[in-house]
Amino acid sequence: MSVATPTQTATTTGLERAAVRNWKPPIGLGVFAVIALLLFTVGSRSGVTMFRLSTTSDLIQLPEVAADVAVVTIIVTIVLFGIAALSAWRAYRAAPTPLWLTSVFAALFLVAFLSWAAAGATIPVPGLLVGAVGLSAPLIFGALGGVISERVGVVNVAIEGQLLAGAFASAVVASITQSLVAGLIAAVVAGVLVSFVLATFSIRYVVDQVIVGVVLNVLVIGLTSFLFSKVLSPNSAVLNSPPRFQRLPIPLLGEIPIIGPVLFRQTIIIYIMYVAIAVVWFALFKTKWGLRLRAVGEHPQAADTVGINVNRTRFWNVSLAGAIAGLGGAYFTLGSVGAFNKEMTAGAGFIALAAVIFGRWDPIRATLAALLFGFASNLQSVLSIVGSPVPSQFMLMLPYLVTIFAVAGLVGHVRAPAASGKAYVKS
Amino acid sequence: MKLELRGITKRFGSLVANDHIDLTVEPGEIHCLLGENGAGKSTLMNVLYGLYQADEGQILLGDEVQHFSGPGDAMAAGIGMVHQHFMLIPVFTVAENVMLGHEDTTFGGRLDLAGAREKVREISSRFGFDVDPDALIDDLPVGVQQRVEIIKALSRDAKVLVFDEPTAVLTPQETDELMAIMRQLKQTGTSIVFITHKLREVREVADRITVIRLGKVVGEASPTETNEELASLMVGRAVDLTVDKGPAHPGKAALVVDHLSVVDSRNQIVVNNVSFTVHEGEILAIAGVQGNGQTELVEAIMGLQHKVRGGIELNGHSIRGSVRKTLDAGVGFIPEDRTEDGLVGEFTISENLMLDRYHKPPFVRMGTLQLGYLDEFAREKITEFDIRAQGIGTHVARLSGGNQQKVVLARELSRDLSLFVAAQPTRGLDVGSVEFVHTRIIQTRDAGIPVIVVSTELDEVVALADRIAVMYRGTIVGIVPGDTPREVLGLMMAGEIPRSAESAA
Repeated sequence: MSVATPTQTATTTGLERAAVRNWKPPIGLGVFAVIALLLFTVGSRSGVTMFRLSTTSDLIQLPEVAADVAVVTIIVTIVLFGIAALSAWRAYRAAPTPLWLTSVFAALFLVAFLSWAAAGATIPVPGLLVGAVGLSAPLIFGALGGVISERVGVVNVAIEGQLLAGAFASAVVASITQSLVAGLIAAVVAGVLVSFVLATFSIRYVVDQVIVGVVLNVLVIGLTSFLFSKVLSPNSAVLNSPPRFQRLPIPLLGEIPIIGPVLFRQTIIIYIMYVAIAVVWFALFKTKWGLRLRAVGEHPQAADTVGINVNRTRFWNVSLAGAIAGLGGAYFTLGSVGAFNKEMTAGAGFIALAAVIFGRWDPIRATLAALLFGFASNLQSVLSIVGSPVPSQFMLMLPYLVTIFAVAGLVGHVRAPAASGKAYVKS
Repeated sequence: MKLELRGITKRFGSLVANDHIDLTVEPGEIHCLLGENGAGKSTLMNVLYGLYQADEGQILLGDEVQHFSGPGDAMAAGIGMVHQHFMLIPVFTVAENVMLGHEDTTFGGRLDLAGAREKVREISSRFGFDVDPDALIDDLPVGVQQRVEIIKALSRDAKVLVFDEPTAVLTPQETDELMAIMRQLKQTGTSIVFITHKLREVREVADRITVIRLGKVVGEASPTETNEELASLMVGRAVDLTVDKGPAHPGKAALVVDHLSVVDSRNQIVVNNVSFTVHEGEILAIAGVQGNGQTELVEAIMGLQHKVRGGIELNGHSIRGSVRKTLDAGVGFIPEDRTEDGLVGEFTISENLMLDRYHKPPFVRMGTLQLGYLDEFAREKITEFDIRAQGIGTHVARLSGGNQQKVVLARELSRDLSLFVAAQPTRGLDVGSVEFVHTRIIQTRDAGIPVIVVSTELDEVVALADRIAVMYRGTIVGIVPGDTPREVLGLMMAGEIPRSAESAA
């Protein structure tokens, strides 16, 4: 038995995979098809729903689309059952249900539901989408912060606190200085400060990261609410009347039908968001900084043995995550509402956290998830305006229902960064 | 480069892990550091690599005193390490792992992945490795992962290379190849420190041997000494390396595993259509390199796996699917990771001794623990199994590995067994405990109980087995008699079926 040449097994990888039937997709699709059937037959409505595709200020005016509720709902229900059956057939053949099929299903369901809910009224499509982008903005900033923080190995439950601190600080500073830039900087600083506490306790003192995060949220809520009622409210003219970002349409791009008004007639803070998404994605996957960050979050000991300072890397990147989430907070006060309000983030930080998981710790996917959640929120308000038959309390649950379904059911088997949530202590 | 350690002392609290250790490694020398688990070898190397700071002593490289405040310093000085547990990031590619920590960048801060790939290819070709720079670490067999570790060290121009227990995860063939690589490195002038407790390997490759025991250097030895001489130096007393074992008297077939397959959470078929029979009064050893399905096979027998297909029958009754059913059928089990699956560290010895008997008299009556009986039982077992502890109330986390394993053994062997499954029963144990565990396993066999021993150590397999089943990539390559030559077993562990093995099953 002499010394062999480099082993023959070197190129063999992985084991044979078993064909496993996954019945989750067809069951899920089937349930929604049945819901559609019940909704559209038992609660059947008649009339015509108009979908308005253009805004009045558009250069190119698209005609309104009319949909006869009865026809649309019947056809869609049939197609939905067809897709569910196709999915079941594929599951039986141990093949997965492709994502595009699920997307088509969701889109069809949505169209039918919209026509049904708004029967006899008009749905402004651009308005629906613009609102969705607006509601998504803080979620996207929060999710980007979450992605960075979790990728480096620290679970960031404190996104809510970072958003709220950012909102508060930007409102106060922008009011006093009457400068939007100062407001943005204040939001960043506030977010970083919250992160400092999270980073110090979870990294330096090895306290459970989730617990620190939860406590921080409660602390920031308490602190801002106290200051709001004792300081801001009595002096709201001085301390709580920040200027607001004005819409800044981009020439040409802003004239594209539907997309233009939705994406390119926005405020500067939304444009900052676009840049942030691209930069975070590029930096995370294409640069030295990102490689080291991910290494620390996956296998801190390995990173340590090649000379990377694990805890320093974690500390500064958690701080960076806080800065980005803080910007999201500024959107509440300087971008949409125009003043700070008690607990105005209302759980957006937790939805952002869900977007991180739904987006599989990837900045682009997390952004898409945040957009989905934003859309669900806005759908609720649009439908209550056009007067849908669904009780508004039920519609208010919609974004959270979507979140639960998305995170629990559709994500499937995902892998978090291996060392996320675990403190690194040299033995 | 010449490496010299002078009077290195490292304390953890009151424990002295390294006590004034001196070690000199000449350029182009393979220096073996031999010692039992817990002798302080890894601590010493972690001091050398800058992971720990020595309390006393000096590290000299090429006659210059070095001060390492972290692994980065050690690497910059030319020390490379191939860790026992690979320091590779499983979701990164080979090239990304090799470049991590000293990344080159191009325009705009982009990672220079092309350069890293080129470097991997260049070093691979120099040593005749076949490593794809774009492969994900997770998809590579352990033998190749180890090469990536070597490439990683060499890409930083390491002059001193430390191999920490490198053969634990390799097949015999891969071990031979590693030895060849070490010799090749030596010829290029690299100094090599080779840490191991396997005597065979030491004698094959070492130029010089330093033996450490309980944190101290107890002597130098030459590779020409016999196994017994080296072992007694390592353990500190005369050691009998052979296990005293009479011939087996197999009875009727007890455990019948029939076309068993196991699918893991990633839908990989980790155990693929495996069939075998274990008779009363025989030891069937399941050999194979770590990660070829042995763990999952044993878990399936114990009812710990979910996606299982095929039959598992014990004395004519199916025991598939439920741990409770399996235990009630009288299956005793030593899990491969005793601290994780075998014991509750924060429980006392007596509590651990009744872990799987919590639901029945005499330990529990009318829902309450019978503490008096438990104490009595625990005292008896501590004596019988020679568990060295302050008392029955000692938390098992405070015990040494050997004594922890004796607690597991005591619990499992004090029930009426109809099958005994021991997975890696001596992993990480000192020589004395190994002897004890082996003796008890053979006694169990001689009492007429069917025994399955899973081991990745060929020495252990050969010492205990009456028949040997070799696993490779989820299948049983063959079942051969216990006296099959090691060379044949080695080939089987790499998936080859020797002609002589086919008929013996």
